[in-house]
Amino acid sequence: MKIRLDNVIKTFDTFRAVHGVSLEIESGELVALLGPSGSGKTTILRMVAGLEYADGGHIYFGDQDATDIPVRDRGVGFVFQHYALFPHMTVAENIGFGMSVSKVKRSKAEIAARVAQLLKLVRLEGLGDRFPGQISGGQRQRVALARALAVDPKVLLLDEPFGALDANVRHDLRRWLREIHQELGITTIFVTHDQEEALDLADRVVILKEGRIVQQGTPQAVCRDPKDAFVLKFLGDANRLTGEVRGGRAMAGGAEVAAPGVADGPAEIFARPRDLDWSLQGPGVSATVTRVLDRPGERRVIASAASGEVLEFDVEPEREIAAGEAGFVTLRRAKVFALS
Amino acid sequence: MSDTNHRRKPPRVGDAPLFRRTLIGIVLVLGALLILAPLVIIGVEAFSQGWQTYVATLDHPDTRHAIMMTVVTALIAVPVNTAFGIAAAWSITKFDFPGKRLLLVVIEIPFSVSPIVAGVAYLFVYGLQGIFGPLLDAYDVKILFALPGIVLASMFVTAPFVARELIPLMQAQGRDLEEAATSLGASGWRTFVAVTLPNVKWALLYGVVLCNARVMGEFGAVSIVSGNIRGQTNTLPLHIELLYHDYQAAGAFASASILALLAVFTIIAKVALERRGAGRRKALGTDAAPQGNRP
Repeated sequence: MKIRLDNVIKTFDTFRAVHGVSLEIESGELVALLGPSGSGKTTILRMVAGLEYADGGHIYFGDQDATDIPVRDRGVGFVFQHYALFPHMTVAENIGFGMSVSKVKRSKAEIAARVAQLLKLVRLEGLGDRFPGQISGGQRQRVALARALAVDPKVLLLDEPFGALDANVRHDLRRWLREIHQELGITTIFVTHDQEEALDLADRVVILKEGRIVQQGTPQAVCRDPKDAFVLKFLGDANRLTGEVRGGRAMAGGAEVAAPGVADGPAEIFARPRDLDWSLQGPGVSATVTRVLDRPGERRVIASAASGEVLEFDVEPEREIAAGEAGFVTLRRAKVFALS
Repeated sequence: MSDTNHRRKPPRVGDAPLFRRTLIGIVLVLGALLILAPLVIIGVEAFSQGWQTYVATLDHPDTRHAIMMTVVTALIAVPVNTAFGIAAAWSITKFDFPGKRLLLVVIEIPFSVSPIVAGVAYLFVYGLQGIFGPLLDAYDVKILFALPGIVLASMFVTAPFVARELIPLMQAQGRDLEEAATSLGASGWRTFVAVTLPNVKWALLYGVVLCNARVMGEFGAVSIVSGNIRGQTNTLPLHIELLYHDYQAAGAFASASILALLAVFTIIAKVALERRGAGRRKALGTDAAPQGNRP
């Protein structure tokens, strides 16, 4: 089902959480709402679900205006950050809850058959008799997903689905959610503050800041062409240098990099840790190595530039480099924004 | 690896034997003096003049009427206050509305106001010289010095019990479960019965037990509004006081023993119900150990 938000506004007391957000989500798409805390991403998700009412604007499910349809009748599957499983019901009862309270009457056998099918889908066969307190966090999250899917929702909404899990489990569940989405083809929106999760999982990433959409696009589009410094920094570690643009070239302390289409004048230059390198000869930003951190795949070098900026970059694991060494940081590529 | 070091765990704060024994001793002695001794005295004094006096006192029409009054009051006041407590806790914890803080304060009032004050207040509202007094008199409705007044006063005094037990728990539980249930298509009532109630039942039960104990034992407010008419408007606590002032100590203690018995019975009922709940959970825990290593 296609979802469309048209200039949606939400205010809590005096705080405006969402400022006129418009967004279209195609049928079968998997979209991530990505933003720091307080960016309004969860509020948007809850408005799509009907758990909050929009103060202004409209939300359409297909061609139907769903803005005033109560959550009970909206037909969404919502997965809560902390699972919200009913602790006094077994896993099977949790999954079957939506079917047993539905206006469409189903026989006990029908419900049991569907529950068994869903348990298989989320790979929890044989755990139907457990209580939520007796299974692990990752298993609980999968029960929550099965419970949401049991009511055949038009759209699946996930609020920080993997936020409460440890890194390994999170990684596995991400892949697995992607597979389920491919299998069922259900329109899915999920909220996260973890850029890696959003880029890993989503067809399209919507980046939010202070209740407004800053940029949206495929993971490739937002990564390769971030619209501004906020998006760039939010998507991953970046070094910032101030410099000047002249004739399509940006210059900062001896380093030079192409800046096509940026107006002449002062500018900020952003470079990812992998886009910097270390050399004993110039030209480059003259700097001194302060620390070297060893990581499984690379060596992270922390250097302080003569101009005072702290730069972090990665070099190959074999590279001999030690604290105290003086040299030059060179720029392989960078993103340049004019300073207004 | 010296033997003593191997056997002994490092002492925790306050874990020295002397300290521990002193603390336990103080608790036991105070418990015996303050709680156990009076209960024993009630039992002993009640039977001090033999079984016959005990049975005769309890068989006296006035005593029987007082017991009946107390039980009827509890049967009305406790369910009403339970319903009120659930409604108040539900609305305060699950919804946002103007005046929410005020409602919280209002619920607390009966806790902080002396029951005598409550009784006097009812006198001013429903008494002959009170606000509604003449109107009620004109239609021949008796509230004061009759069962309705006693029930009202008891309800006022015990109004916070159920709500106070439920509010902190329901606040801690948040709204997630209810939101999950509604998003799955459950109606408000269905959500309450299937999701909210099972998760607060022990707190609710505890509130009901406390409320019941207080209704049965309430003295101050009831003594003002009931008028102490023997055989008509006396509840058990008032009856005990009357007997005591009439120098019928054995009778007073006999009646007191009934009141104490009712209280003990309530507590046993609570403990038994809790056991059943805990037992159920434990049985489930042992036959299905959690499996935590799989994601």
